Parts: sequence; structure tokens; C-alpha cells
Amino acid sequence: MTALSLKNVNKSFGDVHVLKDINLDVDEGEFVVFVGPSGCGKSTLLRVIAGLEDATSGEIRIGGDVVNLTPPSKRGIAMVFQSYALYPHLNVRGNMTLALKQEGQSKSVIEERVQKASRMLNLEPYLERYPSELSGGQRQRVAIGRAIVREPELFLFDEPLSNLDAALRMNTRIEIAALHKQLGASMIYVTHDQTEAMTLADKIVVLRDGRVEQFGSPMELYNNPANQFVAGFLGSPSMNFFPAGLVSEGDDRTMGVRPEDLFIAEDGLLSARVSHVEKLGGDTNVIARLNDHQITARLFGQHSVEEGEELRLSFNPQSAYHFDQQGARLY
Amino acid sequence: MNKARSNPLNTAMMHGALIVYTLIALFPVFVILINSFKERRSIFREPLALPNSESFSTIGYETVMQQGDFFLYFQNSMIVTVASLFFVLLFGAMAAYALSEYRFKGNMLMGLYLALGIMIPIRIGTVAILEMMVATGLVNTLWALILVYTAQGLPLAVFILSEFMRQVSDDLKNAGRIDGLSEYTIFFRLVLPLVRPAMATVAVFNMIPIWNDLWFPLILAPAEETKTLTLGSQVFIGQFVTDWNAVLSALSMAILPVLVLYVIFSRQLIRGITSGAVK
Repeated sequence: MTALSLKNVNKSFGDVHVLKDINLDVDEGEFVVFVGPSGCGKSTLLRVIAGLEDATSGEIRIGGDVVNLTPPSKRGIAMVFQSYALYPHLNVRGNMTLALKQEGQSKSVIEERVQKASRMLNLEPYLERYPSELSGGQRQRVAIGRAIVREPELFLFDEPLSNLDAALRMNTRIEIAALHKQLGASMIYVTHDQTEAMTLADKIVVLRDGRVEQFGSPMELYNNPANQFVAGFLGSPSMNFFPAGLVSEGDDRTMGVRPEDLFIAEDGLLSARVSHVEKLGGDTNVIARLNDHQITARLFGQHSVEEGEELRLSFNPQSAYHFDQQGARLY
Repeated sequence: MNKARSNPLNTAMMHGALIVYTLIALFPVFVILINSFKERRSIFREPLALPNSESFSTIGYETVMQQGDFFLYFQNSMIVTVASLFFVLLFGAMAAYALSEYRFKGNMLMGLYLALGIMIPIRIGTVAILEMMVATGLVNTLWALILVYTAQGLPLAVFILSEFMRQVSDDLKNAGRIDGLSEYTIFFRLVLPLVRPAMATVAVFNMIPIWNDLWFPLILAPAEETKTLTLGSQVFIGQFVTDWNAVLSALSMAILPVLVLYVIFSRQLIRGITSGAVK
């Protein structure tokens, strides 16, 4: 059964067409990540699904029911916001129970769900505290707890990790993945961070300028990008693009090679001058100038490459991607 | 810690400046207070001297208590001020919320229209207001004053509050919507507490002119039972003879409630700033 289905959803703010003909089906229990550069409409799409914005046209179904005219609280969703959005005048327990009280749940049900959620998120010692007395990570967990207690059909996450520091972000990412397994609920997650997208998602939706560029599993998108934009967006460091003419004379297409597919070879096709070296211990990222193009090579292990050095790089022709002038994938 | 801030010389100078300013601001109040406890001759002979055993007298307060219904005036002023502030804050906040939160046609125009009142003094319309009050039979009632003061305070209130409401996190309001709170609950329970400092500012801005106003009480409600304190004190100021003892005593007493209200609002101001917001 599909948890969420969007049919030809459009959204305009005045003359600005923000979402263009979005079609999407999310299966029950799937973790779907919307990813794209800022301003691509991913947050707007989430808000349309939540009912915080009305779609200009198109049909939104959650759990089989058309919900275009249903208010957000009756859609069977729960949302976790980027800024946590905890109610400052309520303590943690109050924040978590407010929605259930509004739904008119009985006291015993509320108590049981709060118990369960706070145990899951290790929030038990903080139930009587106010948001201003919690750390960033704790507030994030309260925000997630507030969503869990509602036992929704669909969880919506709006860039929930972007306010956390790097170490905490990694931990919370793992916690969210564990939570998804534990709850088995469908989740939609918006982020601009492709690492979060790759690590969490069952399916990724890449958006650009209000259009779906590609929809598929992380490895499908990584191995088989539909166009130059998707190829460049997923993967870190991102894919190198250069004119294919540099490799074979008279070719006017664009060639894409992932940094991890480049290696140093005496008889390499590409000759580049090293402009910067990032030594990470496990890998070495070499940033070099190839004519007017910057290319990055990710070399495994530690290498003694110096700035200003002239390097010859090579790659397996099978691992290269070809794009036409409009950025569409050729093969 | 910031070095410039912890520098003792800087701190001393800052406090020095603030203390000097406080003294300047309090000086007139001080002069009124000490002279209200002196007999008439010493007021003129040595206006800055403290009352001593020779010049001490409570004649001014006695006159005020005997002449005119002073407590009634007091009560009238209080009712008018508090009710006007309540309506200014309530309607001002509601209008500001609508303007800042909802997109509708003419939103900008409506905002400008409401802010226009900041530039146009309400007293220009006194004659028309008086005619309206006569037509509706509100002359010589406290409602006449409350309505006029509410209208007078709204433009600035809407202007200031809508700026502050724009800063209230959208996520918080949306979280409320998803949790099933009504728009009214979101407004009263989530947004208003967060703009409390701005509300206190608006209240303080509006309170003093309303309390001190002589113009509208004189025109709209000069009857004995609706006189405000400012208007009531005028009986002691004559064309030829002014009972300075009584005037100063009346003014001293008029300062008190304003002080109390101010303390209440400024506490709100501080509490609003320190309460935990979104992040």
C-alpha cells in the first residue's frame, strides 16, 4: 500500500512557480529523502504534504485518502522542524502531550505513549524540564518525541540535523535510522546534505527548480544518474566534469568521472597541476587544475603529493559518464 | 569575557552616566514631592529646600481630600487608562498578527492605512469625534474616552507589534497547527507570550499620554462623575489665584499609580526577554 501519493502537484506563490508537476509514490514503511540545493522547493513540497501550504493544483493522498482539504492536524502526520519549534511555555511532557490532548486521547493512553517515547529517546530524566533548560541535542530528541507519541502514518522531517554540531549530527543520524527500523513507519526527510540522503534513504528524490530530477534508491542514483545535475549532486567529493575533447580529439560532449575512479598513472591521459592537497589519513584528496577545469582525485591511503606538482591521472573508460551539452546523460 | 565590558573604568563611566541621567529625570518629581509637603510661603521662598519643622504642612493634601471627589477622579483615570491599554494591546496585537501572518489581497495597503494614524494627530478630528459622541449618546461617559484613546493608540501598536510578530518563528506556529491548535490558541498561547517585551513597550508608550491627557476629558467627559485626575486637578488652578499646595499634592498622588503600572510593565519586559524562545 502507498503511504503517500502525489499526482501532478503544482504550487505557485503569485507568479513564481515553485513546484512543477510533482508525481511521487511512497510505499508503506519507506524512508524517502528529498534532496536538492537550497531554493529547489523541497521544503515547500514537505509543507504542501503537511498541509501548511495548499497545493495550487494536483492531488495529495496520504494512506489512500485525498487530503487536499484536510487540515494538518487531521492528516495523520507528525513533523519535526529544523528549529525544533518546541513550545517555550510547556515542559517536555507538556510539549509531547499537547497534540494528544487536542485529539482527546484518554489519560492512560497519553501516559503510556509518553512513557514509551521517552524510553526510546532517553528523555525520562528531562520530562519536567523546560526547553530553555535543554541542550540542542536534547531539544532535537524532544521534537522527535513529540512526533512519535502521535503514532502517525507518516513522519515528516524538515532538515532536523542542520542545527546540530558535526559529532552530534552523526549520532542523531544513526538514531533516526534506528528509529525508522524500530517504528517501521513511513518517513519523509528533507535535507540539502547528500551524505544524510545517501546514508538514511531507502529512496532519494533529487529536486531542482521545483522539478523531480530523479527518484530511486541511493545506489541507483549514484551508479546510474539520469543527468549531469544528479551526477554532480550525489557523491562526496562531487563528480569531475570536463570536456571529452581533452581525452579524445573533436568530442564536444561533457565527460564525468568520480574522484574515486581517478588514479595516478605514468601514461595517464590527463595532465594536471596540483593546486591543493587534503590529507585525511584514510584518503588523500588531490585538487588539481586541468586546463581551466578544477578536478578532484580521491586517492585511497596516504600519498606524498605536493602542491605545484605535475600529475598524470588516468581512469577506467567504463567508469566515465557522458553528458550532452544540455546535461542529459548519454551513456 | 569581553575585555571592554569588564574594564572597571568603563563600567564606572557607564554607571556614572546612568546615575546622572536618573538624577536629571527624577529632579522635577523630587521638587514636586518636597514642595507638596510645605506651606505656601516656603514654596515660593525656597523652592528647593526640604520641608523642616517650620515649613512642614499637609494643607495641600487636606485641601485635595476635602475639595472635589478626588478618589472618584482617581478611579476614573485608572479605569480609562487600564481599559484603553487593554483594548490597544488586544486589538493591536490581533491586527498585527493578521498583517504579519496571513497573505491576503491588500495586506500592504491595510498595513499602511493602519500606520497612517501615527502621522495624523487624532486631535485634528476633535469636532467630528464630539459630534459622533453626541450622536451616540456617549458624551460624559468613560467609554467616550476609552474609545478615543484606543483609536489613538492602535496605529503605533499595530506598527510595532507587526514588526515583532514577523520575527516569531514560523516553525513554532506550524508545529501548533500540526498539533491541532486553533489559530486563536496559536495567537494567544504561542505568539503573544513571545512578543511580551514589545507589548510592554507599547503599553508604556501609550500609558503616560493617556494618563496625562487633559484635552479629551475636558471636551468629551467634563461632568463631575466622569472627571479624570488631570481634569479634576484643574479646579485648583484659577485664572487669578492658584492653590499651589493643592496642585502639587494632587500631582504627587497622580504620580503613584503611573509608577505602579510602569513597574508591572517593566517586569514583563524583563521576563519576556529572558524566557526561553525557540532555539
